[in-house]
Amino acid sequence: MKNTNQPPFWLDRFLQWRLPDDQFEEVQGDMHELYSQWVKDVGKRKASWLYLLNTLTFLRPLPKGKENHYSTHRPYLQANFLDMLFNYLIIALRNLTRQKAFSFINIFGLAISMSVGLLIITMISDTFSLDDFHQKKDRIYRVITTDQFAGQPEMHLASSSVKAGKQIKETVAGVELVALLRRGFGGEAIIKDTRISLSGLWASESFFEVFTFPLLQGDPVTALKEPYSLVLTEKTAKKLFGRVDVLGQQIQFDTLIYIVTGVMKDVPKLSHLQFEALVSFATVELQKPDTGDGDFFAWENIFMNYAYLLLPPNGNPEAVQANLNQLSAAQNARITNRKITLSLQSLKEISSGESLVNPIGPTYFNNAARWVLVGLALIVMLSACFNYTNLSIARALRRSKEVGIRKMIGAAKSQVLVQFITEAIVIALVALVFSFLLFLLLRIQFLSLAAQAADLFKLELSTRLIGYFVALAILVGITAGILPALFFSRINAIQVFKNASLKLFYHVALRKILIVVQYTFSLIFITTTIIGYNQYRSFLAYDLGFSTENILNIRLQGNSSKLLKNELAQVPTVQNVSTSLLVSSLGNLYGGSMKYKDPVDSANVWINIVDEQYLPLHQHTFLAGKNFSAKANAISEDEVIVNEQVLNRFNIGKRVPEQALGEALTVKGKKLTIIGVVKDFHYGTLDKNIEPTILRYSNEPGGYLNVKILSSDLPATMESIEAACSNIDQVHPLEANFYDDQIEQAYSQYSVMIKIIGFLAFLAISIASVGLFGMVVYSTETRLKELSIRKVLGASEFSLIYHLSKGFFILLLIAAFIALPLTYLFFNQVILREFVYHQPIGIGELFSGVGVVMLLAISMIGSQTLKAAQNNPVNVLRNE
Amino acid sequence: MGKLYLGEFEELVLLTVAHLQGEAYGAAIMQDIQQRTGRMVILSAVHVVLYRLEEKGLVTSVVGGVTAERGGRRKRIFTISAYGITILSEIRQVREELWQLIPKPLRPSTL
Repeated sequence: MKNTNQPPFWLDRFLQWRLPDDQFEEVQGDMHELYSQWVKDVGKRKASWLYLLNTLTFLRPLPKGKENHYSTHRPYLQANFLDMLFNYLIIALRNLTRQKAFSFINIFGLAISMSVGLLIITMISDTFSLDDFHQKKDRIYRVITTDQFAGQPEMHLASSSVKAGKQIKETVAGVELVALLRRGFGGEAIIKDTRISLSGLWASESFFEVFTFPLLQGDPVTALKEPYSLVLTEKTAKKLFGRVDVLGQQIQFDTLIYIVTGVMKDVPKLSHLQFEALVSFATVELQKPDTGDGDFFAWENIFMNYAYLLLPPNGNPEAVQANLNQLSAAQNARITNRKITLSLQSLKEISSGESLVNPIGPTYFNNAARWVLVGLALIVMLSACFNYTNLSIARALRRSKEVGIRKMIGAAKSQVLVQFITEAIVIALVALVFSFLLFLLLRIQFLSLAAQAADLFKLELSTRLIGYFVALAILVGITAGILPALFFSRINAIQVFKNASLKLFYHVALRKILIVVQYTFSLIFITTTIIGYNQYRSFLAYDLGFSTENILNIRLQGNSSKLLKNELAQVPTVQNVSTSLLVSSLGNLYGGSMKYKDPVDSANVWINIVDEQYLPLHQHTFLAGKNFSAKANAISEDEVIVNEQVLNRFNIGKRVPEQALGEALTVKGKKLTIIGVVKDFHYGTLDKNIEPTILRYSNEPGGYLNVKILSSDLPATMESIEAACSNIDQVHPLEANFYDDQIEQAYSQYSVMIKIIGFLAFLAISIASVGLFGMVVYSTETRLKELSIRKVLGASEFSLIYHLSKGFFILLLIAAFIALPLTYLFFNQVILREFVYHQPIGIGELFSGVGVVMLLAISMIGSQTLKAAQNNPVNVLRNE
Repeated sequence: MGKLYLGEFEELVLLTVAHLQGEAYGAAIMQDIQQRTGRMVILSAVHVVLYRLEEKGLVTSVVGGVTAERGGRRKRIFTISAYGITILSEIRQVREELWQLIPKPLRPSTL
């Protein structure tokens, strides 16, 4: 039976442990009585806090201590518990300063590894506080869409149709407010003579009631009511007008005039909605823009709009979900071949849930990525803890005398345990100070690592975070110290004094295992970095099925491609110019539904619209047929060039390119005849399969100019191209990028990932190396006499080095033996599965990392053993 | 050693034990003081003071009967001892003598 007014039971345990037996019952009774009183007075949550506080303060010195084993024999122990703790601190600090090398290795390792931990704690705390500023955050839900064509996989979208939003508003019970949003508002804001580009969202009038974005000016209720209303953020207002009081000002976009009806505070960084301006949704309802996805209010038009629901307090999301299911079922009955299902997503899940197609704002990492980061940081920190564990146990001889004496004069096992854990915590706390400084540096580095990072993360400190930091340090201290502490607490005092050669290498097996684990992780990290980097390079150099060499893509920005082409033709180093709607292989997609003979069999195909120069300029390979020929605008479009996948998908001409020529296709309701078949090429990025793709003709597709350049003098060519373009367009700065650079940009997330893992690899190797170094120094020191005797008896220096370093090399080899197959399997089975097109992993990539780490280890082991081997035996043995 | 001194909080607890008359146990004392002084009182502080007072012989305690609200756990009821009463009245006497010496009405000094 569970009583809801029952305080946490572990606190009772604590009391039982802490209090003398005859006092426990009354105090527990008092506590329970108080607890039920508090629950009535201040609520359960606060009552629990009070209970915790009141219970824990029983830690104070009690007038009559608990009777236990120790106090009956040694009544003074309870009394000077704090004195003992103080004594441990002094001993810890003395040891810290006495053994500088040992302390340095530990503090260095712990500090750099904990700085990563601190960074990750800060990042995760940021993602957890995402969207926290909305007052009604617990009641806000987003409607997300699952879209499935018959026989095709499901697609999960963050967006939904306008129709869905409207229907929910009108028919679904249990919803207080619906805010509709639409992405993609943007253009040039024209204010008198200045033109400044601006982007934002369309938002319906309830926006400011659902979300908490305070308005500096204007009325939140009516600001987004009328068509052509515009709400600016403070920053945008300053950018456009240089001031904030701009209510009622006019801003022109294209030919339309918008009125500023509100100025809001800037959007906080930790918000999943990011925009410069909001335009009333009524505007877009008037314009009903055609994006080729059907009618503006159609159920299938699910790609541009978002619906956010505000549920009433104590609302029931399950009931709303049931209504959404009904709504979806009713609407799906009217369409064929396709299923569109709506579901609710809470505000918290938006930022931390699975990634969806069409996200409205920047995407933070999801749960999986979060755990990977935590895992990586944990590994690095554990590695540093192992150093501490290893070196402490290795130096057992020196400390075992101290422990022996402590035990002789009456220390209990638990006291020795506490002593050594305290020592480890002290070291961890000292390391925390350094790691905090490192963290401050790392934070700057991290924020500049990727352009998005600075937009996504604040990484600000708070007292709570500092509390977490200290907690982390204490945890690290306990982890590092627990094994040595257990080891020392088990030492038998009599043995220590009777037999000075106490089983010194008692824990050799444990130490070996720890070294192997450290090196295994280091090797995995470095090999991952190297393989990842090579794969990344191979993406950039991958044969896409067409040439990208020396092609400059210029964004037209609404200019006439013809005029620009004519201008560019004047530049002598320009070999050829083509135009296309979009640039392939960068992740930009434009699709549409296509049918062949079977009227019910339609499938999505990817589309690029190009002119007659495009295919030869990019050196596409024709399997059959011919290129488009130049046509005037007036002649209606009737030709199409397809890739092999189109033939495969629809089984056109028995999949033989020559026989497919002349067949008719229906693309977005338009009849087109195949005049050519090109070899499959990468329209999407390399992590996607090559899918059915078609090329349509237009002599002015808009979008981009593709300029093929001959010259080797690129800066000069760029200059003349820039000059040519500015003849046509004086307003916009030229937006031109080399194709190869754009591809690099498209894969930049991988380069960021590789940088992060590479950095961790660097840390892990440094930590493992200093740890190994410490062990080598220690073991050569303790075996100095043995070595000297061997030398006297005639051993050569080489054989001594071999003798000393053999053990370590075997450990490294074992580590390599574990790490390499693991990394290989990990890449082959997990990572590279994600990428449909990739290079196989080379042997060289696998082993080069091992080589580097081995070289490091050899230089460390070698230098130390050489030093020991060259020692003059007389100096060592003469005092014997 | 000689005379026994009481701290301010000890005095408060002792006075509360005296006036609660047979109903003086940890939680009750704590809540009484909390209500009267309006300050936050921690149970362990009351507990420690009670045992210290018992050690000094100012209060005596008996383990009392069972009540339902405490889930069947017994209370320890504290009562003031004769020595406790003596100490309290001594303290009071000192205070009262001091009050007698203060001119009435009491005004802040105007140096």
